[in-house]
Amino acid sequence: MTEFTPNSILKTEKLSIGYRNRNSETYIAQDININISPGQLVAVIGINGIGKSTLLRSLSGVQENLSGNILIDEKDLKSLPPLEQASLISLVLTGQPVSKNLSVFELVALGRQPYTNWIGRLTKNDLRHIKKSLRLVDIESLENKKCYELSDGQMQKVLIARALAQDTPLVILDEPTTHLDLYHKAYILQLLKKLTRKTNKAIIFASHEINLALQLCDKILLMQKNEIVMGSPQELIRSGKLSSIFPSDLIFFDKNSSSFKIKS
Amino acid sequence: MIFSRKYILTFSLLILALIGLLFLNIGLGSVKIPLKDIIASIFNLEVSRESWRYIIIEYRLPKAITAVITGSGLAVSGLLMQTLFRNPLAGPYVLGLSSGASLGVALVFMGAGLFGGAFASFLLSNWSIVIASSIGSLLVLLAVMLASLRLRDTMAILIIGLMFASLTAAIVSVLAYFSPASQLQQYVFWSFGSLGNLSWEEVSVLGLFWASGIFLSIAGIKNLNSLLLGEQYAKSLGVSIQRNRLLVILATSLLAGSITAFAGPIAFVGLAVPHLIRQVIPVNNHGILIPAVLLGGAILMLICDIAAQMPGNEFTLPINAITSLIGAPVVIWLLVRKRRFLF
Repeated sequence: MTEFTPNSILKTEKLSIGYRNRNSETYIAQDININISPGQLVAVIGINGIGKSTLLRSLSGVQENLSGNILIDEKDLKSLPPLEQASLISLVLTGQPVSKNLSVFELVALGRQPYTNWIGRLTKNDLRHIKKSLRLVDIESLENKKCYELSDGQMQKVLIARALAQDTPLVILDEPTTHLDLYHKAYILQLLKKLTRKTNKAIIFASHEINLALQLCDKILLMQKNEIVMGSPQELIRSGKLSSIFPSDLIFFDKNSSSFKIKS
Repeated sequence: MIFSRKYILTFSLLILALIGLLFLNIGLGSVKIPLKDIIASIFNLEVSRESWRYIIIEYRLPKAITAVITGSGLAVSGLLMQTLFRNPLAGPYVLGLSSGASLGVALVFMGAGLFGGAFASFLLSNWSIVIASSIGSLLVLLAVMLASLRLRDTMAILIIGLMFASLTAAIVSVLAYFSPASQLQQYVFWSFGSLGNLSWEEVSVLGLFWASGIFLSIAGIKNLNSLLLGEQYAKSLGVSIQRNRLLVILATSLLAGSITAFAGPIAFVGLAVPHLIRQVIPVNNHGILIPAVLLGGAILMLICDIAAQMPGNEFTLPINAITSLIGAPVVIWLLVRKRRFLF
């Protein structure tokens, strides 16, 4: 366990995120101050449309933030050249990759792009990283399958393997459990947890699986309209903050079972 | 590259087919010339009849080389567009590139009639046709690109390409309506497409454009591979999306623009060849696909050219019609039989 590592892999200072148009700025969330250490599994939880994806896109540098700083490994994200960003943060996005004709090996190999030469030649070292990533998520047997042959759960694992092959200390996933059944949801999240322990990477993911996240994650980032709080599941349960994330007319948070229940 | 070893056999077969077809292409024509004399004239040896040497060197050889250049160039530009636009139906012809080139050339041919004398003869020189055609295709591609920046939907981009094609076709017909018959005829003949009639000088100019286009495509191989994941993934892998777009646009307009200028609009090669090649070599790495598509395009074009001069033996059919006759059924076959039109 790396609970007490003093260094932080991701830190935000007074971060504001949103969209910038030609003459206006739409703020989605403001004044976000979070700090994530290596080896932590962090879930971003919040109601639909609260801005989870925007937050993750901003943290990964794909979308520009409106104000404040994002520090990756104590370096300002904005000042990093694209290739160095690519060696620090890897992404797993919702939705399928554009080309479904890629084989699993090809797709995972694309994770090595920041390190390969001008034509993308894979060295022995690259191949080692690819094999290791395939092994870590347990999909070595799928290596030669085409993406269109895979189930949703397998596809998700392949995308995670690609991010691992990119060999970054920080992995960001946007809703990795959508379209999966309960078993595979638990499987993927358990896999992420295992990966943080094995590789000491920090993994951040957005999810609607509050019940599973409460059981598995080191930290939970709770996004609500007026405030964004981060804490361990126990802290959040104790503080009662969980009960206010949804409108209260239908479901409520039951502290005894640590899960949401339908009002009877 | 670990994949390429697997396809050495396929590549060798493609190269052999290319060489065989090249000789067949040079050997066939309205005048029968023995194989011995064909080889002799190519390697500058003793030839039985001097007129044979002339036919080979000044007519058939440049035509065969033009076929290789146009076929391979169009096929590569089709592949680039399919990856850039994330659409298996993209290609220089479908996206209106060739129509843009046609508009440029139509303006030159028919505009030349409005001016007289020296300026007209400058306008009708091959250089100005190349420039007009390249500018035309570049403008259309830029317009499609701008539209694609605003619209994420790839279907919309295709429709916009088709709209540009009909727009330019409309302008061309307005121009045609007001042009004298001789200029109109020149334009119509250009639009049939033709691989022959190019001097060595013209072939080398075309070759120069082709080489620079291919050079740019090769430089883009790595980024094109990242684009297979989608733009956001590519960006997260450190690819500069804007610069890559510019590179691909430049490469395709150099290739498709110059080829359309010299050989006229040629349909379907750009669209069909990448898909045909994927049937034989099922990879997505552009480092393997680009050389394979180069060979495949050249082979298909040589076959089309042979088909174009086969039936009558006295005259050749318009090459544009032949590529459509062969290309359209191939695309339909891919869709119906394979059911999988992936890229």
